[in-house]
Amino acid sequence: MLELWESFRAFISHQPWPWWVGGGMIALVMFTLMFFGKEFGISANLRAMCAAEGAGRFADFFNYDWQRDGWNLMVALGAMFGGYMTAHYFGGPEGNIAHVSPATVASLRELGFNYEVGKVPLVPEFYSWESLLTLRGFIIIVGGGFLIGFGARYAGGCTSGHAISGISSLQVPSLVAVTGFFIGGLIMTYFIFPFLFQL
Amino acid sequence: MRFFKYIAIGFVMGMTLYKSEAVSWFRIYEMFHFQSFHMFGIILTAIAIGIVGEQLIKRFHLKNIKGEELYVPPKAPTYKRYIFGGIIFGLGWAMAGICPGPMFILLGAGYTVLAVFLASAMFGTFVYGLLRDKLPH
Repeated sequence: MLELWESFRAFISHQPWPWWVGGGMIALVMFTLMFFGKEFGISANLRAMCAAEGAGRFADFFNYDWQRDGWNLMVALGAMFGGYMTAHYFGGPEGNIAHVSPATVASLRELGFNYEVGKVPLVPEFYSWESLLTLRGFIIIVGGGFLIGFGARYAGGCTSGHAISGISSLQVPSLVAVTGFFIGGLIMTYFIFPFLFQL
Repeated sequence: MRFFKYIAIGFVMGMTLYKSEAVSWFRIYEMFHFQSFHMFGIILTAIAIGIVGEQLIKRFHLKNIKGEELYVPPKAPTYKRYIFGGIIFGLGWAMAGICPGPMFILLGAGYTVLAVFLASAMFGTFVYGLLRDKLPH
């Protein structure tokens, strides 16, 4: 029994899961939610959390029955739990590594990340409390959070709601939104990163 | 107990995005440099299965657990909000290397500083709520 568990664990722990497994599982998550009569969309939780904190006093946008979205908050809670369990019990055999391509390792050097191929961490060092006190860390953590929260609601959805769920149902607005995601992402990557990573 | 299934669904999503490395800033960086098929593969596989599945649902009029026809509610047919909002979201996605799903996943994984990121994301949503009537949609 223990041996069976260990081989299951080794199987799950293999990292990275191939892209077709990742994509397939995400589609499964979307269809399971649809089967329960819900819509896949993680960023809607941010609106519900604002409403729960009483943001309705300041803007009508938050005056809605957020408790009906309690199920979605449970999805977010489950995602946190999934992150906890994976990081602690199903970590990759070489540790928390992002298996990015050698080309990426090379272009990371231009930003000042000196990693060897196969040694790039999953999560960059700037996601730490010490880094929050540096200018660059502050911009990424506080500024990045703001842009995501603002942009997702303005666009009416994030990666899950537009890129996956919206495009799957052949909705042109979602295709426009995802085009926007990539325009913004490319501007950040090519034009702003060279300055941001000099800080 | 009725919430248990949603926790389980979130758990599967969290594990999937973590193990396929979609939670990694470096993977997002790689994607925006078009240096690997990995992230595109994840998104395109999900979309391909999604499109086929939804066509089958339509063809066979499959019902959800409440007996209603399955469908994704249509988005409002305007464009400004999707392009402007999309660009703002994309700037944040590339800079932070995380979108709202991975934000929760990495917070759970023990990167506690992401609580600040989450608070900031809530603040961004709040500011959108304040400005909504003044923004072009």
